[in-house]
Amino acid sequence: MKYVDEFRDPAKAQALAREIRDLLATIPRARERPLQIMEVCGGHTHSIFRYGIQQLLPDSVEFVHGPGCPVCVLPMGRVDDCIALAERPEVIFTTFGDAMRVPGSKKSLLQAKAAGADVRMVYSPLDALKLARENPRREVVFFGLGFETTMPSTAMTVLQADADGVANFSLFCNHITIIPTIKAILDSPDLQLDGFLGPGHVGMVIGTRPFDFIAGHYGKPITIAGFEPLDVLQSMWMVLKQIAEGRAEVENQYTRIVPEDGNAAALDAIGEVFELREFFEWRGLGSIDHSGVRVRDRYARFDAERRFGVPNLNIADPKSCQCGEVLKGVIKPHQCKVFGSACTPETPLGSLMVSSEGACAAYHQYGRIDTSALRKRAVAA
Amino acid sequence: MNARAHPASLTPRRRATVRDEHVTLAHGGGGKAMRNLIEDVFVGAFDNPLLGPLEDQAVLPLAALAALGDRLAFTTDSYVVSPLFFNGGDIGTLAVAGTVNDLAVSGARPLFLSCAVVIEEGFPVEALRRVVASMKSVAAEARVQIVTGDTKVVERGAADKLFINTAGIGVVPTGVSISAANARPGDVVIVNGTLGDHGTAILIARGQLALESDIASDCRPLADLVAAMLATCPAIHCLRDATRGGVATVLNEFAASSQVAIRIDETAVPLREDVKGACEILGLDPLYLANEGKLVAIVPPTPRRASSPRCAPTRPVATPPSSVPSPRRRTVPSSCAPGSAASASSTCWSASSCRASAERATPCTSSASPATSSRSAASTPTARRCAG
Repeated sequence: MKYVDEFRDPAKAQALAREIRDLLATIPRARERPLQIMEVCGGHTHSIFRYGIQQLLPDSVEFVHGPGCPVCVLPMGRVDDCIALAERPEVIFTTFGDAMRVPGSKKSLLQAKAAGADVRMVYSPLDALKLARENPRREVVFFGLGFETTMPSTAMTVLQADADGVANFSLFCNHITIIPTIKAILDSPDLQLDGFLGPGHVGMVIGTRPFDFIAGHYGKPITIAGFEPLDVLQSMWMVLKQIAEGRAEVENQYTRIVPEDGNAAALDAIGEVFELREFFEWRGLGSIDHSGVRVRDRYARFDAERRFGVPNLNIADPKSCQCGEVLKGVIKPHQCKVFGSACTPETPLGSLMVSSEGACAAYHQYGRIDTSALRKRAVAA
Repeated sequence: MNARAHPASLTPRRRATVRDEHVTLAHGGGGKAMRNLIEDVFVGAFDNPLLGPLEDQAVLPLAALAALGDRLAFTTDSYVVSPLFFNGGDIGTLAVAGTVNDLAVSGARPLFLSCAVVIEEGFPVEALRRVVASMKSVAAEARVQIVTGDTKVVERGAADKLFINTAGIGVVPTGVSISAANARPGDVVIVNGTLGDHGTAILIARGQLALESDIASDCRPLADLVAAMLATCPAIHCLRDATRGGVATVLNEFAASSQVAIRIDETAVPLREDVKGACEILGLDPLYLANEGKLVAIVPPTPRRASSPRCAPTRPVATPPSSVPSPRRRTVPSSCAPGSAASASSTCWSASSCRASAERATPCTSSASPATSSRSAASTPTARRCAG
């Protein structure tokens, strides 16, 4: 495949891995403890496991899997809200497929569908709008989920619905924004991060400037990274290079996609439709100020929360579930008490096991063979 | 199909015809309308002496079966697919090829099928004829007879357009022993062509993805291919058609049953470029996509040079090929995937590019760890097309 295979070249990957090894040897800090580099985005987590990137690298550097997986940080209460909406007889509830199996306090959307709720998987919010046009007597609710990557398409759909006067379409908005959450992570006392791989697809929309505070205020190096194996390796090299040279800057490895100023049309659409919430609840991380968006008053009639009212209850995670600690990088997925036993991709307890971008699902699918080695290392340490 | 008994003629005395454009509840009611539908649409197409009498059952002569082997293989499968018609086939193609293949991968010669249909009221008779014509043509290609059947019509909404169940009987030749538990360390894994074509064709036929492609389903019967493979290499260890769940699921089952780990050379996995592209866009793993004309075989590694360039085991673990009745043994049917299937069946296990190998399972060894070129244990193998 053109423009894909080039970024998966095994020989180049090996060469990059060697460069990284050489570079690490010049960093004294890496001899005391492994350097911890957080990949913020779940897309990176998936790539790292799918392509075995951690195994290519020496023990003196390790990936810490960040919270950048929208499905994974969705609190149980919001899933319950989805189900409450979906169970209204007049509602056709539309969602991306990966949210279907996320467990709520009593059931998932998939189980609600089996019990009779009209839940339909769509590939785009525009599909939901189309459904609304085709079913004028039903209320079509779209479950808007994701970071700045998916926000523009949701915003454009609301604008389209407004322009066309589609009255039976609304949005259950759970869009979240990554910047405040990175801030919260950097303020957290139990983390010792040495650098970041920045989220490339979020960067495509918002550009590189919003990440400046990471380098400027917190003094941590960050490289906005692409998602193919060579992208991830090269970005890792760039972050380590900054560490080796004592720099802390925002660098952009993913220049073929990410412009410095982001995408103006996308940002305009987001700004037109959405405004920041005072706070938003993240699974495992708790409430984070200004970390979510809601529909502006101007478009209130497209806001499912205002139109139908949702229970909006705060539901605690199951006691056995350690998603929060995994999300903060305090423990690795396989160190969770229920990993691979009570919690598997088939019967997930926690949302990290649901999405392909979740660290636990990635460990389970691609990493099980190596967890023994990791366990041994953890025990020895 | 319980209509009046008939002398063993192939067609009823006066040809019954269906004039309705749509199937109605009357066509399942047991009266004349139903008889017309059965005789016109089904019996007329399937046309064979065992079905002709329209008894409540087909009666199969045992002696003819016993001449082919010493065990019966018996399987059943229900077919529900949306959409019913897709690039490369339809539900009828699937219903025959799928059951034929389930029999064939035991090494059996598939012989007889049943056909039970559940039709939603209002289904176009013309569409039903198209489906039945596909069944007829695949049955002819696989040289199986559809010898008994059943028709039900349900109210609108009680079923989605058309469901088909087929059961099948085949005979396993004496000495053939294929099982998921037979894989051994050092064995080679082969497939007979590109993977994921069917799954991708169905996704695209549903029309929700706004992707355009001419990817066609690989749906086809594999019985002749299996017969040719067994003739070439009677010691096939494991064999399965990689339908729902794809090649990865089959290999996981082999690995678990045989207690081996399977290492896959990613670069040797045969994939169409457009299937690869669709999988990239949709985040799918082609190893988990459904196939309907692809089998996965685990075979012993190439024996030391034998007289024939083909796999001619020096120590046959099963009955020698001469006693295995496999019609048309020497020719691989042209219907098997152009090039790939034929070459896989005849030469793949002596080809050096077939590198996937089974290793003894030692849980949590790092050798089977995921790296750039090999996926994790028991996720996937295969060989690229081993032409020549």
